Amino acid sequence: MKIIVCIKQVPNTTEIKIDPVTNTLKRDGVPSIINPDDKSAIEAALSLKEKCGATVTVLTMGPMQAEKALREALAMGADEAFLLTDRAFAGSDTLATSTIIAAAIKKLGADLVFCGRQAIDGDTAQVGPQIAEHLDIPQITYAAAIDYDCERDVLRVKRQFEDRYQVLEVKGKCLVTVLSSMTKPRYMNVWDIVEQDEKEISFITFADLELNREDIGLNGSPTKVKSTATKQFDKTIETVELDPESAAQTIVDALKARHLI
Amino acid sequence: MNNKNIWVFCEQRDGVIQDVALELLGVASELAKTTNEKVCALLLGSKIKKQAKELIAYGADQVLVVDHKNLETFVTEPYAQAVTQLAKQYEPSIILFGATSIGRDLAPRLSARLKTGLTADCTKLEADENGNLFMTRPAFGGNLFATIICPDHRPQMSTVRPGVMKKMERDGKRKGEIIECEINFDQSKFAVSVIEEVKACSNVAKIEDAKILVSCGRGIKDITPAFEVAGKLKGTVSASRALVDAGVTAHDRQVGQTGKTVRPDAYLAFGISGAIQHLAGMEESEFIVAVNTDKNAPIFKIANLGIVSDAAAVLKQLNKIIENKPC
Amino acid sequence: MANFKHTLFEQMIKDFAETEVKPLAQEVDEQEVFPAETVEKMAKSGIMGIIVPKQYGGAGGDYNMYIYAVEELSKHCATTGVILSAHTSLCQAPILEYGTEEQKQKYLPDLASGKKIGAFGLTEPNAGTDASNQQTVAVEKEDHYLLNGSKIFITNAGYASTYIIIAVTGKGPKGPEMSAFIVESAFEGFTIGKKEKKMGIRGSSTCELIFENVKVPKENLLGKRGDGFKIAMKTLDGGRIGIAAQALGIAEGALDTTVAYVKSRKQFGKPISAFQNTQFVLADLSTKIAAARLLVYAAVAAKQNKEPTLSVKAAQAKLFAAETAMEVTTKAVQLHGGYGYTREYPVERMMRDAKITEIYEGTSEVQRMVISAALLKK
Repeated sequence: MKIIVCIKQVPNTTEIKIDPVTNTLKRDGVPSIINPDDKSAIEAALSLKEKCGATVTVLTMGPMQAEKALREALAMGADEAFLLTDRAFAGSDTLATSTIIAAAIKKLGADLVFCGRQAIDGDTAQVGPQIAEHLDIPQITYAAAIDYDCERDVLRVKRQFEDRYQVLEVKGKCLVTVLSSMTKPRYMNVWDIVEQDEKEISFITFADLELNREDIGLNGSPTKVKSTATKQFDKTIETVELDPESAAQTIVDALKARHLI
Repeated sequence: MNNKNIWVFCEQRDGVIQDVALELLGVASELAKTTNEKVCALLLGSKIKKQAKELIAYGADQVLVVDHKNLETFVTEPYAQAVTQLAKQYEPSIILFGATSIGRDLAPRLSARLKTGLTADCTKLEADENGNLFMTRPAFGGNLFATIICPDHRPQMSTVRPGVMKKMERDGKRKGEIIECEINFDQSKFAVSVIEEVKACSNVAKIEDAKILVSCGRGIKDITPAFEVAGKLKGTVSASRALVDAGVTAHDRQVGQTGKTVRPDAYLAFGISGAIQHLAGMEESEFIVAVNTDKNAPIFKIANLGIVSDAAAVLKQLNKIIENKPC
Repeated sequence: MANFKHTLFEQMIKDFAETEVKPLAQEVDEQEVFPAETVEKMAKSGIMGIIVPKQYGGAGGDYNMYIYAVEELSKHCATTGVILSAHTSLCQAPILEYGTEEQKQKYLPDLASGKKIGAFGLTEPNAGTDASNQQTVAVEKEDHYLLNGSKIFITNAGYASTYIIIAVTGKGPKGPEMSAFIVESAFEGFTIGKKEKKMGIRGSSTCELIFENVKVPKENLLGKRGDGFKIAMKTLDGGRIGIAAQALGIAEGALDTTVAYVKSRKQFGKPISAFQNTQFVLADLSTKIAAARLLVYAAVAAKQNKEPTLSVKAAQAKLFAAETAMEVTTKAVQLHGGYGYTREYPVERMMRDAKITEIYEGTSEVQRMVISAALLKK
């Protein structure tokens, strides 16, 4: 069985700051990490490998620096790693990105594709299902647990909704998007940390794939960013004296205003 | 592009129309005033027809109903086939989905199938007279807002965060058209089968993971109401060291230097004075509410909303007025 | 060949120490419990076999990685740091260095996987700094040595299965002839004696070892007969780098938590970090830590390059790092004021933990002896 795990290197958004003058992200000194949901997807693939035997391939699209994310995945126990990198890919929105990644998966071949549910820098959760559509394989999103029945060759997924969960089964190829709450990803281990230095990361460029230029990059992206703005920072501090009834109502109103109720 | 009209995918679960669908009908009606188009509700499900009128009452000019056993519970492929066939037939200009675990599964699948753009998790939608949609969404953990357009592709698609848009006042006299549609399902593509479906709220037990923390300090003797309030808010209960040392609750709920560091969307501190050891563990929270009888309590210095009041009484009152929604 | 291993290793250890070690440090100290579960997790991630080559089941990493691990673990919990240091420096290293191929194949895989923990026994009630005054004897018999005597203050005792034991095997030209043995905890007549109640590193298991007619097979003689003292001293050279790294980690941990504290603690209406006394103390501590770090990693380089100056460099690193740890932790407590003296803050534990680094694997006085002896020999 061959599992491809799609990962993304993201800035650690908990440490990100905005330049108030230029409205751009201050990325300097912000460490890059493997997107948390994606890390759980790696874990899911590695545990499936331990259970049933499989090769685990990690795939990412990004600049050359994304090699580190792939190497981290190798150090967790992944078998091989591919970096999709080309200037022609720049400016891709989710649809164009999914077109490129799907082309790479077609080329590499996979029985199962695991992705994180969404990336913390974009929060779109779109690329996974879009890849599945391009590959014409079923998708299962919001996976809270994954099990594989090695005998029957059936993938069984606990699919989480806000108010319920489903247990879904699928035989054959499938793309699954994984929640980071599913499982705590393993640490990198020293054996594979040492060994990954002996492995090569393979690069995949536009020329390696069957792609049309008009389907990728800025040209292939139906959505465009029109403008950006920083958040209205509402750390206003007020202290009021209230009786319990009005106090409770004030709290409820405040939570409602922030869509927390 | 001759695409016309604004579609709303009206999410239902067990035959119950979800609030987000009504909210989307509300914003769609606003947009339609500018674009001069019709608002069309998509109602997919099994034994669902009778709900169509309700959607008209909340702003739909037209309801496309697909009533089929394949659509009884949500599975991506049958839903994707149904919406795709309708979209190809009617050519809408805009399709809106709730940014729920259903909308965010279905919409991207459709965008790839229809080869069009999709903008996720929008918090603001605007349009111009030419029918162009301006979709604003938070990015980078909410530090930045981006406005996205989809100029050359139709339909323009967006998932919209629940709870943000306003639904219209219900108007039972509104008139609209109900169209029942037939779908040619390609069952050979139905690879995923539902083995079971279990209704259950996901229970956040760990305080580090909770979006809302109801946190109690020395000023709270009985923490039962805190648990009830936390349950209704889909959060959990945390505590200051004083309560943990007093044995009222366990150490794994303790916030602060010798406990855990938390940064929930809302941190509601009841009867916590706010020693620096405590503040160190929670000051990064997005929104901090503090209730304490002592108006000089240090916690008020960092609270976004500080209320001088009897914390235990406020907690009891909150428990009374917050409704218990089933998940 | 790519060169990512150090970056990835540092990231992994930091993450591991913060997630798995830090939350338990207070409990490990208060309850005096050996952090067995943490050690299991370390084993699973390969941390118990960093320097062991791949052919013996280890990760095949370098000494730098191992020392970095001790440093990083000790930032949060000095107990966990010393468990790794004793296991690696005092048990795996001598087997790697002096063991026969059979001994390596027999003992290293289980030590590298962390299935077994290692320890080292040299110190006796009457052989501390005067280490050659050994009273444990191993009498050569037909197919074994008969081991009798006792050792004290043995780190990892009770949890370890594999011990390197130094014992007297006869008379040499300049005093007793000593030899080193690999002794398994399962050998008959080997028992664990009194467990010490200590000031610091309280979760580390420190016990007496008792040997009563223990038959040690001859193939368990480590190195040549009569090489025991040399093996012990060389082993301690490596061990000292481990303890220096532990001291360095304690100092860094204390400085980190103190920096956070002085920024949040307010007196006279402003954070105490705004006072120049605080600023100057922190500046001095940070500078000393930086110097200690250079000495520690200079000793690591000497070890990796097998430089003849290793003994001196290891002694200098340990001497300076241990005294730095003591100074930093003492001043960290001072900057915390009354809170620093309570167990609510980790600095009082760090101060207690720091003290041992001036004592074990050669006291600071011993380090001075080693350094000055090398100087005066010329």
